[in-house]
Amino acid sequence: MSVTASTGRRLEDDGGARRGGSRPRYHYGTHIFLSVMAVMWLVPLGWALFTALRPKADTDKYGYFSVGGAFNFDNFVQAWTQGGFPHYFVNSLIITVPTILLVLLFSSMMAFAVSRVGWKFNITLLIMFTAGNLLPPQVLATPLFEMFKLLPLPYWFSDSGSLLNTYISVIAVNTAFQIGFCTFVLSNYMKALSTDLTEAALVDGAGIWRQYRSIIMPLCKPAIAALATLELIFIYNDYFWPLLLIQNGDRLPVTTAINNLQGTFLSNYNLLAAGATITVIPTLVVYLLLQRQFVAGLTLGSSKG
Amino acid sequence: MSTSTETTGTRAPRAATAGRRKAAGGGPRRVRRLSRRDKIVLAVMVGVPTLIQLLLIWIPTLLSIFLSFMRWNGLSLADIKAAGLANYAYVFNDSPAFWPAVQHNILWLLFLAVVATPLGLLLAVLLDQQIRGSKIYQSVFFIPVMLSLALIGIIWQLFYQRDHGLLNFLLGTAGTPQAVDWFGDSSVNIWAAMVAATWRHAGYVMILYLAGLKGVDPSLKEAAALDGANATQTFFRIVFPAMAPINIVIVVITIIESLRAFDVVWVINKGTNGLELISALVITYLVGEGQSIGIGSAFAVILLVISLVPITIYLSRVFGKEKKP
Repeated sequence: MSVTASTGRRLEDDGGARRGGSRPRYHYGTHIFLSVMAVMWLVPLGWALFTALRPKADTDKYGYFSVGGAFNFDNFVQAWTQGGFPHYFVNSLIITVPTILLVLLFSSMMAFAVSRVGWKFNITLLIMFTAGNLLPPQVLATPLFEMFKLLPLPYWFSDSGSLLNTYISVIAVNTAFQIGFCTFVLSNYMKALSTDLTEAALVDGAGIWRQYRSIIMPLCKPAIAALATLELIFIYNDYFWPLLLIQNGDRLPVTTAINNLQGTFLSNYNLLAAGATITVIPTLVVYLLLQRQFVAGLTLGSSKG
Repeated sequence: MSTSTETTGTRAPRAATAGRRKAAGGGPRRVRRLSRRDKIVLAVMVGVPTLIQLLLIWIPTLLSIFLSFMRWNGLSLADIKAAGLANYAYVFNDSPAFWPAVQHNILWLLFLAVVATPLGLLLAVLLDQQIRGSKIYQSVFFIPVMLSLALIGIIWQLFYQRDHGLLNFLLGTAGTPQAVDWFGDSSVNIWAAMVAATWRHAGYVMILYLAGLKGVDPSLKEAAALDGANATQTFFRIVFPAMAPINIVIVVITIIESLRAFDVVWVINKGTNGLELISALVITYLVGEGQSIGIGSAFAVILLVISLVPITIYLSRVFGKEKKP
């Protein structure tokens, strides 16, 4: 139990500010440097938002580098309807949610097996999983594309007659890629749980599935929550696999679809900026509500050592 | 028969388990006895994820190697013809984009290693002090980490644009003939793209180092201060070496990110005209008119071979000590 407590504390620490004993010091130089950097950091986003809030007519009249004219949300409304955003967001949802669930299910089972049950190929499998996650996706893009293209499927299942152009192809590949990372993180987390927990369950006659389901998984909730948040952002932000596997524009998730807006909106930068800003919104929600979980997920993956 | 042996079989190891646990003091644990049902459950728990990994990651990777020695237009499996080393010969000797791509990948790595990663470390060190507003600064630097690289490409496109972009306005060149098309001009666009990538990478490194710095025992710093070390000495001689595990992770992440750089350049111009990268070449040859699967695969294999270096470093670091005992 002491181990779980300490891991829990580590999760909390990651986002929290430190309160400490040493005397307060004034860091004027540091503040100046950090303020300048922070402003530079915000400028690209701020510029996109600023452009998005101004009607095209006003920027044409006064120029982009001015504050004249109206500020409103017309571009957002127009981009939302013309750009087909509701549709793309639904696609993102269709891809993201099943992927996260599958990744967490498979990786937690795998992590349980390699960390709580001793057998010969534990480390070998874990190395294979971890290495797979680190490969650049382009290394396997071509064969995957051809495999999916050449695998014939009945038309009632897929209107392309193959796995190309299906949500399933993107879900499957993303799942395979992310299982590696999550298995690695979860197996480290599970290794840190006391062995007495499952010993006791074993004595009570609990099978493997009960140990996994009723003992280990409830204790992994902090790690699962952190990974779910992290994967939500990862999958939502995935640009490459839908780009490769989905040719039908109607099925693209929003992250890949916004690239097409550059063509749709031509040189209407106000609309493009509004479209880009709309795409940021889900991320921003996660950022505001679940930042701690996200940071915990990022650092969980690297804190092993 | 089988039932009775099983029931007696369960009891005996239980006693043994209890005894051994006392003796070993709770050492590394194994499941001593698995019922048939448990074995099936375990087989599924391990088998399904492993099958997914093999089918969608490792077999395609091996197929990439196979295809790099073949000539194929990607249409029908019957058209695959052996090509020997022809694809590699083409890549190294004749491909106009290969050597620029290698240069750009190296440049990308150096830029991340020399600018983005140290910047992230610097931000982490500054924010780790007890300064006011540390959380706010952290939140600001952290925002780009949550954005996709594709979106980052678009946001910076608005910033870099020749006539209406903010950067040219700030430089005073907007609307004049000196205005630079930062993403379009092949002499500067790689630098512009790397700056955009740094925007995200530095925040990522900062978060990881902030976690690492919190893990450093404060008494180490106090001891160094008592011995008369100044802040810089304390950092480079004590704190930085104490973060060795995180440092390795950061090195690996930096290398892998530079090999994975794809989204930004693809959004800008599909990795052409000054933005060639090995990863983009793979896709160019896959979706391009010629459909030269063999040549694209040769690029993929080169990318694979380079990637194996950081991957091996990382794996030996993480798993090396577990294998020894």
